[in-house]
Amino acid sequence: MAYSEKVIDHYTNPRNVGTLDKSSSKVGTGLVGAPECGDVMRLQIEVDENHVITDAKFKTFGCGSAIASSSLATEWLKGKNIDDAMKIDNMDIVEELALPPVKIHCSVLAEDAIKAAINDYRVKNGFEAIEAEKAHH
Amino acid sequence: MNLPIYLDNNATTPMDPRVLDAMLPYFNSKFGNAASRNHPFGWVAEEAVDYAREQVAQLIGANEKEIIFTSGATESDNLAIKGVFEMYKEKGNHIITCTTEHKAVLDTCKHLEKLGAEVTYLPVKSDGLVDLELLANTITDKTILVAIMYGNNEIGVVQPVREIADLAHKHGALFFTDATQAVGKIPVDVIKDGIDLMAFSAHKMYGPKGVGGLYVRRKNPRVKVTAQMDGGGHERGMRSGTLNVPGIVGLGKACELCRLEMDEEAKRLSALRDKLESSLTVLEESYVNGNVNHRLPHVANISFKYVEGEGLMMAMKDLAVSSGSACTSASLEPSYVLKSLGLSDDLAHSSIRFGLGRFTTEEEVDFAVEQTKNAVNHLRNLSPLWEMFKEGIDLDKIEWAEH
Repeated sequence: MAYSEKVIDHYTNPRNVGTLDKSSSKVGTGLVGAPECGDVMRLQIEVDENHVITDAKFKTFGCGSAIASSSLATEWLKGKNIDDAMKIDNMDIVEELALPPVKIHCSVLAEDAIKAAINDYRVKNGFEAIEAEKAHH
Repeated sequence: MNLPIYLDNNATTPMDPRVLDAMLPYFNSKFGNAASRNHPFGWVAEEAVDYAREQVAQLIGANEKEIIFTSGATESDNLAIKGVFEMYKEKGNHIITCTTEHKAVLDTCKHLEKLGAEVTYLPVKSDGLVDLELLANTITDKTILVAIMYGNNEIGVVQPVREIADLAHKHGALFFTDATQAVGKIPVDVIKDGIDLMAFSAHKMYGPKGVGGLYVRRKNPRVKVTAQMDGGGHERGMRSGTLNVPGIVGLGKACELCRLEMDEEAKRLSALRDKLESSLTVLEESYVNGNVNHRLPHVANISFKYVEGEGLMMAMKDLAVSSGSACTSASLEPSYVLKSLGLSDDLAHSSIRFGLGRFTTEEEVDFAVEQTKNAVNHLRNLSPLWEMFKEGIDLDKIEWAEH
C-alpha cells in the first residue's frame, strides 16, 4: 500500500516534535493509545490566558499514518482557541492526509489526543472536562 | 548497488537466471503435455518432468517416485494433512501441530476440526522450538499425524525434526513437515530425518512461483494420501491436473543448483547475517527473536523496542523487509509467531525480519545496517515510549487507554 505524499511529507519532516513541561498549569497533555495496540500518541498544548493555543508538541509511537496524523494535528492546533480546537474532527485529518480505510484509526487517535490534551488543561485550571463526542471509527 | 535492496527472501526469492534459461524452451518449442504418450511432443515433456523429478529427489535424499508435483507449498500442506486424515481415519483422528506453523497448516487443521479431527496445537518454548517432552506426552494411540515445520518462516528456527519423527513413529503416527524455508537452504534428508511427508516450494529457492512438491514416502512405511482433486489421476493418482512442465523444469533446476551450491551459500549467508545482526544489536534495547543456534542461515528477526515496525519500515525506504507489526496486515493483530514465543505485543509490533538470499551482497548488508540504524534513531526521537524509558518510567505501570 503506498502512502500519500502528505503522509510521507509529515513522516519525513515531522512538525513540532518534542516535549512541553507537563507540570506547568499552561500545558495540557494527552496520552492516548497503548503499546500493545501498536500506537501511542502524546500530544501537548501550551495555552495562554485568552485560551489560545500558543504551542503544540507531539511524540508518537506508531506507523507512518499515526505519526503524520499527530504532526498535522499540532500544526492545526497552533493559534486556535481551545473551543475551536475541540471541534477538530478525525475525518478532517483523514481527508487532508488521504488516509485509506485501514488507517482511519490513526486519525481517531489524533482526535482523542487533542481532546485529552484540552481536557487535561481544563481540569488543571479549574474547568470541567468536556465529554467528547465519539469520533468516527 | 541498485536500490531498493531486496531483503525479504523468506517471502519469495528472485529466480536464478540459470533456472529461467532451463525453463524457457518448455514455454514454446517444447510445449507438449507430459501425459501425451503417443507422440514426440509428449515424450519430450515427460522426459523433462522425469529429469526434474530426479533433481528434486536428489536434493532431499528421496527416490524420484516419491515426488508429487503441486502448485506450491500451500497445496502440498493441504494435500498432506487432509489426505492423511482421510486415508487413515479408521486408525484415529488426532493430529498434532504447533502454534508457529504457517497458516496453510494451521487453517487446514482448523478445517479438519470441523470434519471431526481432534487437533492439538502445541505451544513452543520461548526460543521457538517445540518441547519434545510435551510432544511425547501429547501423542496417543489415536494420533495419526504429527505436523511440525522444518524451519520457521518468520524467525528461522529449525525444529529437531529427527527427534520429532522418532516420537511420532514410536507411537505409530506419521510425520509431516512443511520444509518450504529449509529445502535448498540447509541439508534436508528425508531418510536421515525420518520424514514421511514433506512440503516444499520452488519460489523460495530461486525457482518460479506456482510450483512445488510433496514428498510421500513409499517404503518403511508406504504412505498414501487421498487425492484432494479429482481428475485424470496424474502423479500416481494423488494429484490430478496437467503437469506444469516449465514450472517443474524450473523447480528441478533450482533444486540442482541448491544441491551443488548450498554449502558455500549457507556459509556466506550466515556470515553476512551474523554481521548484520551484531551490527544492529549494538543499538540499545534491540533483541534477536528465536533460537540463535538452531536456525536457518539467512534470516534474522530483530525487535527494536519502543519503535513500531511499520513506521520503522517506512524510514527504511530503500530496504524491502517485513515486520511482525499489526499494521502490515489487515487484522491489526501482531505476528502470532512472535506472540507464541511469549513476546509481549509491543515487542512483536517492533520486529523486523531481514531475509538474505543468493544475490545479497556485503555492500547491501552494510547499507542496510546504516539505514536501519538511522531509521531506529529517527523513530526513537519521535517515540513517547522511548522518552519515558529514558526517564526511567516503567511502561507496564501506566494504565493505557486501549482502543
